[in-house]
Amino acid sequence: MFWNLPYFTVVILTFIAILIILTKKNLVKILLGINILESAVNLLIISIGYREGGVAPIFTLAPSMTMVLPTPQALVLTSIVIGVATSALLLSFTMVIYRKYGTVDVEKMKELRE
Amino acid sequence: MGVKMMRMSKIVRISADLLYPFIVIFGWYVIMHGHLTPGGGFQGGAVVATGTALVIVAYSYQDIKTMINKTVLWFQESGGLMLFIGAGLGGLVIGFPFFYNWLANSGSLFGTTVIYGPNPGELNTAGFLPLMNIAVGTEVWGGLTMVLLYMLSGLEKREEA
Amino acid sequence: MITDFVIKNAPILVVAIPLIGAFLCPLVGRISPMWRKTWVLGIVTVTSLIAILLASMVLTHGAITYVFGASTSDLTVPIDSGGIPVRIIFTVDAMSAFMEVITALVGFSVILYSMVADKERSNLEQYYTLFLLLICSVMGMVTTGDLFNFFVFIEISSMASAGLVAYRVEKGRAIEAAIKYFMVSTIAAIFFLFAIAILYGQYNALNIAMLAERLQFTLLDKIALILIVMALATKCGAVPMHFWTPDAYTLAPSSVTAMLVVTSQASLYGLFRFVFTLYHLHLNYVMIGWFLIIIGVLSMVIGVTMAIPQKDVKRLMAYHAISQTGYMLLGVGVGLAVLGDSTQLTRFGIIAMEGGIFHIINHAMYKGLLFLTAGAIIFRIGSRDMNRMGGLGHSMKYTMIFFIIGALSIAGIPPFNGFASKLLIYESVYLFNPFLAIIAMVVSILTLASFVKVFHSIFMGPPLPEYSNVKEAPLPMLIGMGILALGILLFGLFPQTVIDTLVHPATAALLNQSSYVNAVIGGV
Repeated sequence: MFWNLPYFTVVILTFIAILIILTKKNLVKILLGINILESAVNLLIISIGYREGGVAPIFTLAPSMTMVLPTPQALVLTSIVIGVATSALLLSFTMVIYRKYGTVDVEKMKELRE
Repeated sequence: MGVKMMRMSKIVRISADLLYPFIVIFGWYVIMHGHLTPGGGFQGGAVVATGTALVIVAYSYQDIKTMINKTVLWFQESGGLMLFIGAGLGGLVIGFPFFYNWLANSGSLFGTTVIYGPNPGELNTAGFLPLMNIAVGTEVWGGLTMVLLYMLSGLEKREEA
Repeated sequence: MITDFVIKNAPILVVAIPLIGAFLCPLVGRISPMWRKTWVLGIVTVTSLIAILLASMVLTHGAITYVFGASTSDLTVPIDSGGIPVRIIFTVDAMSAFMEVITALVGFSVILYSMVADKERSNLEQYYTLFLLLICSVMGMVTTGDLFNFFVFIEISSMASAGLVAYRVEKGRAIEAAIKYFMVSTIAAIFFLFAIAILYGQYNALNIAMLAERLQFTLLDKIALILIVMALATKCGAVPMHFWTPDAYTLAPSSVTAMLVVTSQASLYGLFRFVFTLYHLHLNYVMIGWFLIIIGVLSMVIGVTMAIPQKDVKRLMAYHAISQTGYMLLGVGVGLAVLGDSTQLTRFGIIAMEGGIFHIINHAMYKGLLFLTAGAIIFRIGSRDMNRMGGLGHSMKYTMIFFIIGALSIAGIPPFNGFASKLLIYESVYLFNPFLAIIAMVVSILTLASFVKVFHSIFMGPPLPEYSNVKEAPLPMLIGMGILALGILLFGLFPQTVIDTLVHPATAALLNQSSYVNAVIGGV
């Protein structure tokens, strides 16, 4: 049961993130929700690679040859970089929306209705 | 008041000046040893960009505008990307597929052979991986600093408008 | 020697050349605008030619694989890896070749069109950089044979197209459309990454062929299938998740909209690739097939009924794009629902899938042409509101002819190409379930009705005094539109040739999972 703790954390983080994205009205808070969702997926990928008693998968001065999987670490690195670029782009859009509309409230952005 | 007088006090500015070279050196250490220790291109580039962000926060945006030239950052970004793609295409010119490690085990730059198994790491190994790490590190440094500068300039425009 | 080089490395050159073009575009643009135009046009021409060459090679020789970083480009299974393809592999089979031909054709016409249409904006270097990145990512999406690589290309295309949609700020409305589009895209891609994590955790493989071999259909695989289908259906604009489509297609510059249509088709290609090649007969094909049929029918009906009362010409066309995506989902869904039953499959399943797949290329061409004509009209007049237009048929004759070709084609009137693919869909879906075919025909009639309304309000009537000095659209725009119109006419007049050459191998490649797996793992 103890070894499943990362997976429970993933589920809890995903639910919190989806709740934030669906119910909050401030655009910056919705972006934070997207970031939390991204972190949940990265945590899931990393915890898949764990092997019991393993060390970091690096050959330099390695204490033992039982290592955790290195491929999930590469996947998560790519995902984090994509997350940085996504957050930067979304925040730039939010800044320009604030300058043009004067508000970051999602309820008030109804220019493009119908 | 606006953004003009957001400059921090003298102690903060001098501490930032003193810390900046150490952060840059640590960042380049992380970049260069990417094939031996945890780290690599993006991680080291983010550390170096943090150093630049420290200097930007300590001084106000008005002072930084004169110190950092956006054209240099633009060339840094493009240069990093071209070095990355060029290292990949080098294999195509020789006759191997794309991203073939044409420098590994070859005796020239970064070409020493490594035996399988735990070893004290040697810097001169792993083919074109250190080159790609340097390319990505430079590119990430330039890119993140440019994002910071553009966001700050947007803030300043809003204050004036 | 150059041709040998190109032939050997063609799968990677279609992705690498636009990438290099995108990165060098700012540096070249600083020299002069004429250099930048020549550079962009040259890169797109070379890419289109290599894509068509690659497609012809694949259609004659069979699937081509290209391994990154091996010592030869065919070494998919390294000797010391124990029979596992460990590197990133690009697998080009007939369906990928089909999508590449579409991207090459539409990409070339759109760049030719945008040479003139986007010329008086600022920051044009960034615009063309993002455009070339979008073309590179769409080419990458259709050629890759690796799950995580597909995810990376989806994210690159979302970011590039979000930047392009927000390009003309228009007092903040374009930014609102772009932020809606980008948030929906990002959340869909994150759920796709969940599915990748689940599949990787179970089978320790990221290559599609390797996963197809190792798959046993457990409960976790069902969850992964649902996540993949929902994420990719969101990205292509099917109905419960279509809310980003009207805003993004309306407020983007017109050349970008035509390319966004191709991007949605590439996500549709991904959906078909994963459902047919990755899961094949393991999944409960009747249920998933009916699910695709239901969202297809909903897309058709909701798209067309929301298109009729629109006043904005591009928003109307965007709703029609949703409706036509429904046709493709309907066709392929019928094919999927009868996948295990081989008599029904040969009777009408294969024809339904051919109809759906043929509709992809037809839709890219005529929807691209319609958006480009709308862009030409907006370029000359300056507003998108149809209530203020009128009588343009006197001055913009060529644009009117291209619009007529596009509108008749989307409504399914012979001899244009929409008729050929819609007839295939009607025939086969009628044999499956007559009620669905009747809905499809009614939607087609409503499509014709709404385009008659658009045609009448834009082009017919006496020439209005405020538009008296409106001239015809400039020549590069007309050439770009002309290429697509010529394609529509040729595909409409010789549909059997197109089906035999392009569509039938693509359908056969989708239905035949073992040929894909053998191409990568080599008959083990």
